[in-house]
Amino acid sequence: MLFRSGEQFDSRHRVVVTGAGIVTSLGQGWESNAAGFRHGRTAFSPIEHFDTSRHRVKSAGLVTFSGTSDTGSLSRSQRRRLDRASKLLLAAGLEAWNASGWHPNQVTPLILGTTSGGMNFGEAFYRTALNHSSRKKLQATRVSNYLPQTQASDLLQAIGFKGPVTIISNACAAGANAIGHAFELVQSGRNERVFAGGYDAISEMVFTGFDTLKALSPTCCRPFDANRDGLSLGEGAAMLTLETLQSARQREAKIFGEILGYGASTDSHHLTQPHPQGNAALLSMEAACAKAGVTPRQVGYINAHGTGTPLNDSAEATAINRWRGDSKVRVSSTKAGIGHLLGAAGAVEAVVCLMALTGQWYPPTSTLISPDPAATFDIVSGPSDAIKEPLEHALTNSFGFGGANASLLFRRWG
Amino acid sequence: MGLSRVYVHGSGAVSPGGWGAAALYETIEKGIPLRSSELQVPGRIRPLSILPVPPPVNRPSYLNHARLRRSSALSQHSVAAGREALGNLTPRVENGALRLGVIFCVMSGCVAYSRRFYDETLKDPQTASPLVFPETVFNAPASHISALLNLSSINYTLVGDPGVFFQGLALAAQWLASDHAQAVLVVGAEELDWITAEALGYFVRGIPLSAGAGALCLTREPSDVELGMVTDPLLIRHKKELAQFVPLIPTSFPPSQPHCLVENRPPSKQMERLFDAWTGDRVNTKTIIGEGLMAGSAWQSIYAVQRLIHKNEQRISVVTVGPNQLAIGAQFLGIK
Repeated sequence: MLFRSGEQFDSRHRVVVTGAGIVTSLGQGWESNAAGFRHGRTAFSPIEHFDTSRHRVKSAGLVTFSGTSDTGSLSRSQRRRLDRASKLLLAAGLEAWNASGWHPNQVTPLILGTTSGGMNFGEAFYRTALNHSSRKKLQATRVSNYLPQTQASDLLQAIGFKGPVTIISNACAAGANAIGHAFELVQSGRNERVFAGGYDAISEMVFTGFDTLKALSPTCCRPFDANRDGLSLGEGAAMLTLETLQSARQREAKIFGEILGYGASTDSHHLTQPHPQGNAALLSMEAACAKAGVTPRQVGYINAHGTGTPLNDSAEATAINRWRGDSKVRVSSTKAGIGHLLGAAGAVEAVVCLMALTGQWYPPTSTLISPDPAATFDIVSGPSDAIKEPLEHALTNSFGFGGANASLLFRRWG
Repeated sequence: MGLSRVYVHGSGAVSPGGWGAAALYETIEKGIPLRSSELQVPGRIRPLSILPVPPPVNRPSYLNHARLRRSSALSQHSVAAGREALGNLTPRVENGALRLGVIFCVMSGCVAYSRRFYDETLKDPQTASPLVFPETVFNAPASHISALLNLSSINYTLVGDPGVFFQGLALAAQWLASDHAQAVLVVGAEELDWITAEALGYFVRGIPLSAGAGALCLTREPSDVELGMVTDPLLIRHKKELAQFVPLIPTSFPPSQPHCLVENRPPSKQMERLFDAWTGDRVNTKTIIGEGLMAGSAWQSIYAVQRLIHKNEQRISVVTVGPNQLAIGAQFLGIK
């Protein structure tokens, strides 16, 4: 039952991550991504799946798909119709699920963040509709696969589990919101375990949208650099298995980290521009820490939203400065290496935080040349380990179109 | 997290029946299917059948807000329904005395602007309008609602089959219980475009596509109507599972006297038989006001709330079966 009047839940379950899956332009899987993020590699390539000859920018952080990707229990006909978005979601989902050791026989809520779902199918539907095609059957398939609930259904079938599906489309914060919502369901005792994350694939329409807004960098994405000139888009997915600590211990599961806090807020300043003082960004960071009972002084690393656009980074820098006061914190934006993954960004960056906590290193913003003077904190610009002081807490920020803001706070396990 | 009892403070609607929850209620109470109009699509012989929203008798002044200048019909209808549902809470929300959460639910989104922008992209991406693109994003309407009310609290956009509106109600109850918000506006909306009408035609026949929005404002302050429950959603993967599983939804409801079941399902004979065992009244809102997708689930809920108030009934159950085969139910209780 999703809701019953008068029901009561005992909150304050500890929530841990027992499985993680990730796919980005750096590669598929935890190991290749951890190596890439640790060393600050960049992975951008020319877009070939649609025509970019009339675009200002022609490259993105694209995932290279291998022909032998695991698709779980999907049938051959289901595998044949998978598009980029579905493949990304399946890759991350299967990796996380397999790492968790979960069995599919337990009902498990699935919470996904995405901005455009199967947009490539939607585009194909429109192009075909314009051409008055008589291939009606394929058109119906395109409609179905455009809808994100179909991609969610594919994941359920590929793994063989059942559970209610929730799809959050809070623009670029969607992935973080999905994990945050999952965290709250487990923490409150509503669910013992929840499967959550985000995914998005590069599509012609969305890429053109950012291109027309002149939000894309014609050079390279340099978050928090004084001369930054825009973001780079990327694609990918990340999924996490969240469960109560009690459940994880009973199963003797490997624990990747603990989620301590989640904050969400709304920036009503402008549809596409953050408040210059980062008011709502500050609210979401404060809420995540307050929920966890953690002070800024205890947070060793922030994986910033850090898109590389002039407006986002200055507002976020202001918010971080206000939030941290005189405490020290290291900050980086891994969008420098893989681009902005939109609905997947928050989930991917959550996994990056877990990688940093388990490996005890700081992921660098490797494209940084001249730090913006507004960013008075320590920007990690090259590979570095947490040698002197162990990295115990990491915060990740996700701020989206429409003012959707979310922050997640993680703690090292062990 | 405290004991969760959740009440409906207010409801608001913009529908083919007119602007306002009262217009929606009266339209459904009459029980006469609205007459659809035809949408001519260039290059097509057969027009598409639609039920558009009539223009408002008096254009609300808030539609002149700078945020809504270039906004879609989806956003404007959502704002209107949301403000009506908020009612007398609006001043407290606007001055920050009441924390309002927003849950915006949608299936196809800002399709008119999306189609226009993609059309421009195909012609020449260099001349595609940068002003249109931000309005195509799924959460643009939620952002506009928040901006007009000067909100900074939590705000989600949920995407999926029409039954997601009920999931939104359950989520609102969670937010209220966990004190994320002191009131939550749950909005379901869709807009009309030929591309949606054509797409819908592959799945649903014999019913026009309609447009508009519906909103419920939920709080913990007791009122005339309480949200009793929201069932688990059922994902029906094969048509044969419809008859097998959907009738199970009413069995989730607690035993009670016969009462009204408000359905939001395609008017096929197979679907009509799904609830043959139901002993109370049955109303299928879709046959009267068309296929409103996510707005349709909101409208059936608003009808249920209005009916409880107008007819002094004790409880009404609602069930929706969406074109993507998500089936879910909820129950509203009248508080005497």
